[in-house]
Order: sequence, then structure tokens, then C-alpha cells
Amino acid sequence: MDVLKRVPVREQDAKERAANFKEVCLGYNKEEAMCEAERCINCKNAQCVKGCPVSINIPGFVEQVKLGNMEEAYKIISESSALPAICGRVCPQESQCEGKCIRGIKGEPISIGKLERFVADWARENGIKPQGAETKNGKKVAVIGSGPAGLTCAGDLAKMGYDVTIFEALHEAGGVLVYGIPEFRLPKEDVVKKEIENVKALGVKIETNVVVGKAVTIDELLNEEGFDAVFIGSGAGLPKFMGIPGEQSNGVFSANEYLTRSNLMKAFDEDSNTPIMHGKRVAVVGGGNVAMDAARTALRLGAETHIVYRRSEEELPARVEEVHHAKEEGIIFGLLTNPVEILADENGWVCGIKCVRMELGEPDASGRRRPVVVEGSEFVIDVDMVIMSLGTSPNPLISSTTEGLEVNKWKCIVADEEFGKTTKEGVYAGGDAVTGAATVILAMGAGKAGAKGIDEYLSNK
Amino acid sequence: MYKIRKAEELTTNIYLMVVEADRVAKSCKPGQFVIVRTDEDAERIPLTICDYDREEGTVTIVFQIVGGGTQFMSTLKEGDAFHDFVGPLGCPSELTNEDIESLKKKNILFVAGGVGTAPVYPQVKWLHEQGVAADVIVGAKTKDLLILEKEMESVAGNLYVTTDDGSYGRSGMVTNTIQDLVNEGKKYDLCVAIGPMIMMKFVCKLTEELNIPTIVSLNPIMVDGTGMCGACRVTVGDEVKFACVDGPEFDGHLVNFDEAMKRQQIYKTAEGRAFLKEKEGNTHHGGCGHCN
Repeated sequence: MDVLKRVPVREQDAKERAANFKEVCLGYNKEEAMCEAERCINCKNAQCVKGCPVSINIPGFVEQVKLGNMEEAYKIISESSALPAICGRVCPQESQCEGKCIRGIKGEPISIGKLERFVADWARENGIKPQGAETKNGKKVAVIGSGPAGLTCAGDLAKMGYDVTIFEALHEAGGVLVYGIPEFRLPKEDVVKKEIENVKALGVKIETNVVVGKAVTIDELLNEEGFDAVFIGSGAGLPKFMGIPGEQSNGVFSANEYLTRSNLMKAFDEDSNTPIMHGKRVAVVGGGNVAMDAARTALRLGAETHIVYRRSEEELPARVEEVHHAKEEGIIFGLLTNPVEILADENGWVCGIKCVRMELGEPDASGRRRPVVVEGSEFVIDVDMVIMSLGTSPNPLISSTTEGLEVNKWKCIVADEEFGKTTKEGVYAGGDAVTGAATVILAMGAGKAGAKGIDEYLSNK
Repeated sequence: MYKIRKAEELTTNIYLMVVEADRVAKSCKPGQFVIVRTDEDAERIPLTICDYDREEGTVTIVFQIVGGGTQFMSTLKEGDAFHDFVGPLGCPSELTNEDIESLKKKNILFVAGGVGTAPVYPQVKWLHEQGVAADVIVGAKTKDLLILEKEMESVAGNLYVTTDDGSYGRSGMVTNTIQDLVNEGKKYDLCVAIGPMIMMKFVCKLTEELNIPTIVSLNPIMVDGTGMCGACRVTVGDEVKFACVDGPEFDGHLVNFDEAMKRQQIYKTAEGRAFLKEKEGNTHHGGCGHCN
């Protein structure tokens, strides 16, 4: 065995998976996991832990995998993370734990994500559950939103003995984990639902179909429903559109709508009661993880799919693994390309997308080179469906109905990073509602910080 | 689960249900809507709130069969339950934010078409409770399809019923009645029109000529109802709005109805349209988006 190289992970064949919604990555088995764990040199001053937003004791759990003590490995991970089967699948490890791995200097870093996933899957298959608090402290906390931030915050507080209720606006718990990330990256029934059950097993109650800001306000939760503190993890918000002509045509969707239909409402399944448009040729505008998810969903529903992104491959905000998978499956990348108009037929249906070529100029405020239009480069891509994946702007539902809750100039809720403390007493916040659209693990990190902040606040009250 | 306290067929293909939904009943206002699901695999169906009882913790909804989802919903009986019932969604009617004294000085005309009578009712009732008497025109295809007439009569200032075929009340479209009332010397400061898209379009065309500011309530395709999906976007003046969070009520003279009607057809297939025509029979009036 070459210690510089990772134990390769088995994947579903690219051709085969392009036509189904089953999980792409098949994960390690026990032998493969133990073999990969052997490569860890158990650094004293472990850099990987510093790269983890929830500070999992990585060398600790990898050491247990090495020895074959999977239950012990699961306990170590559970001390820091409530959703390991999810993080093992969707964290951008290459820029976090694995990005800091000493092994990565000369060879390939340890496959920490794949090991975490293996341990979590093993625990689920063997019926191992995280441990709840032995005694309750009698204090009530409300958590708004059951996505990664809310679930993590709720899980941590429940372990500390708090009586936690999560309020979810949709009919199902999980937030972006159920409506946003597709089945082929994150299986809902076997992985997401089971992790949520684990959080519930800690004593957390989840009330679905409650839109906070409409059915009940934060102030009512605090003053009338007897909650001692509130954590807001309400997520990203309203999808952005480009504001170009033709964008209201039939066949133009936000990635949020397209993915919600497919993931939450199961519209990818022919028997679903919720419809989804099956495009023949689809353009997905944007280059983030959400754009990749939408493109790969359209591909699986039978479309020739184009990514349309105005910068070059280097600037694609999506994870390297997602871009790699998308290419393998046959997604066509239209880089340095920017839409200027969506063309529609006489009945209002999309029949093409007019684009211009771009070139990269001087770096802009984000440090990335600014794309500039190449004069006279207009051309049309022949498509019957367009998916806009341009990010989101914050939902004002909570901030506009909560007195004393400050928002910044982007309308995100103002909260400190260390404890998630907002400008309103007893109210904490974290995740996309605070940072704007980011990742599952950063939201989890913010959920943890919020739990710490709420515990400190209520312990001193 | 949200228990059904009462289920009643108001007329062919139009049903009324009183549902136990404490949080919605305690917080909703006229003009807002709910999203319901009948069972675990069902689609999310948006419906405007028709009435509510804060003490009883119940919300009344009225719906028309327009496809498979509402067809199944119509088979639910008293004692059955909805799997999901979320709300209130959208902004309350702007009337509820206005000063009562200034409302009392206004002449308000409501125009309700078909099943749109249901969402008009709570607004008229609310005004009635504030001591404001509003005129109401209710239009239906034919006498048998008229709903909530008695209820409306008890809260409206004047009620004018019109049927397309003249089988009851006045004869002709709601726009004829509006024109007649104005010709008779009635003056209106505000019109609120709720009904099929095509009706709202023509009401707005007329009230624009008559110089009567007009509010319409839109019910476009939506998924989550909280602003997340953007399916319900509608062009109002120069702006793109989301009906679920910015509406559902908008200035009718600024709404791009042609675009909104096209967008309603997105998920309508040829088979779906045939199904509708067959199921709706003589109540079919543009729900399929293809026979306006």
C-alpha cells in the first residue's frame, strides 16, 4: 500500500448514475475504512481539528477506526456533531479538515469525510444512538428552523438538559437537507430522516407547519409561550433573478423551486403528486453547489444540461468533487458565458437563451478577476428550460416582525460569531439567516455557537 | 393532524370545510391564505381563508375541484383530518391596516366571481364588524353554482347577484353589473375583485376606465408559500413580486394579467386539461388556462 495515496472510495458508474437518483458515492466498507485510518499519523498538534467548524476530535475518532472500535469512534464524533452522516457527505472537507491534513503536504490527505461517513453509517446500521441528558434543567428554548443550524443548536441544548422545541415552516423537518440537497448526494429516508430521529431521541420536539413571523412572533414565543430563549436558524431566503428580459417566461425556474419540487415533493418520482417540468435541453445559470445540484437533477430527468457561468473554471464556487461528478455525468460547462436575454415562443415558453462571451479583467472586491463582456460575442443556446441559481436574499419574515432585532445592510440578522448573540435579549441566531448562503457545516458551527451562547445566558439569568 | 370539524358540498364541485388549526385561527386576518396537504405524499395546495373562529381555533376553507389533489380532498368527511395545514401566509388585506374612521367614509365595492366569493366574504364580514357597509357583486355561471349568498347578504351593505345565463338575479357578467351600478349614479372609491384571472383582468380594464382604484387577489402556482421558491412571481408595474410574501393582493391596474395567465399553465398537460374539462363539466370556466 502506498501511504501517500488514499484508499479509493467506490462510486456508482457515471453512465449508470446519470439516469438514476441513487447515491453517487458508495462509501467505505469496514476494511477500507480501517486501511485508510492506518494512514493517519495522529499528529499531536492536529491541524485538521482547527479546520473543522465544529472542532471534532478527528485524530481521536480516526484512531478508534484504526483499532476497529466503531462505537467508540461514533461517541467521539457525537460529542461535537449531531449530524455526522450528513457532514461526512456534504462538508467541503478539501478546504477544511482535509485541507489542513499534514499527510496532504507530500501526498493525499486522509479521507476524513469518508471515514466520518463510514462511522455514522455503521452506527445507524447497528442501532447506536447518541446519549441524551440525564436530568432536565427545566428551561425552555425555541429554535426557529430545522435545518443544519437549528438541528445542531437543538441537539446541543438538549444534551445540556434544556427543553427544546423546533418550529419548522415546511411540512417536513430538515430544511435545506430535505428541500435543497438531492437524493443522489444525500439520501433522505436512510440518512437525513435517521439523523433527525437521533436529534429527537435526545428529547427535542419538532413542530412542523409553523411559520414564525406569521403564525407566532418571537416576542410571543418569549412572552406568552414561556420560552426562556430563542435561536433563529431560519435559513437563506428568497431566490434572486437576473432581471433580464424574458425571465418571466414559462420554463424559467429558480433553483430553489426546481430542487424543492424534486427533493421535498419527490417530483423526480413519476408517481409523485407534485409536477416538475422535464426539459429536453436545460441551461442552469450559476456555478455554485446549488447550480450543480440543479444541473445534475435535470440531467437525471433526461435533459441535455448546460451550466452557464460568467467566470472561468477556477472561480467556480462549487466543491471540486461536485464539479468533477457533474463533468463525469456529462454536464456541459459553458464557462465565461453570461445570459443577456431569455427567448420565448409565441405562447410564452422558453425557446433559447441569448448569451455573451466574457473575459477576465482586473480582480474585483471579492479578489476574483472581474468578468468583462467581449464585444459582439452574442450567441444563442437552444434550450427549452432555464434554471436560475444565483443565490438568495434574506427572508424578511422574522426580522420585520421582531422589535429590536437588528439587520445589516444586506438584511441579514446581526449576530456575533462566538455566541450567536443578536441585538435582542434572549435571542440568538446563526446559519444562512446571519451569513447569507453558505454551507451545511458552517451553519452547524453557528448552531453550536448559539447553543453555547444560550447556555451561558440562561445559566447566568 | 388537523381535524375536519365540518365538511359540506356547497354546490357542484365546490366544498366548504371547517378545520381545527389553532395557531392559524389565532393569528390570521382577512386576505391571508393557507397551504394544505391531504396526506403524506400529497401536493401542497394554497387556499384563501374564508372564515375563522379564534375561540374555537378553527379556520374555514372553500375550494373547487380543479384536479387530482382537490378531487381527493373533496372526499374527506367530518372527523377526517388534513396531514398539513400551514398559515396564515401572505399579507393581510390592506383594508385591515387602514384607519376605521376613514374607511367609514369610503364607498367600497367588492366583486366576487365563482369560488372567489369565499375569500371576499371575510373581508366584507370584517368591514361589517367595524361598522363599514360595503357593496358586493357576486357573479356565478348559473344559479346552481352560486355560493355563500346568505352569508354574504348578512354582512354586505347591498348585495347584487348576477348569473352569466340570467337564471338568477341580474343577467350577464360582473362587469355589466359594475357598469350598471355606476350608470345608476353609484360612486366608488375602491374596488376589490377576487375571482378567476380572466374576470379580474376585465374588471380591472373597466375600473381603470371608470377611474376606480382596484385591488385584486392572485392565486398563482406556488410551492412553499414563504418566499423560498419564487414560482409565484408576477409582474406588477415594472417590478417582479412574489405573490406569497408581497401579496396575494396587488394593485389590479398594474398587474400583468396576460403573463400571469400564461404562467398558470406551466404544469398543465394536454391530458390534465382534458381531465379538467370532463370533471368540471359546465362549471369549467378557464381553470385549465386554455379556454379563456
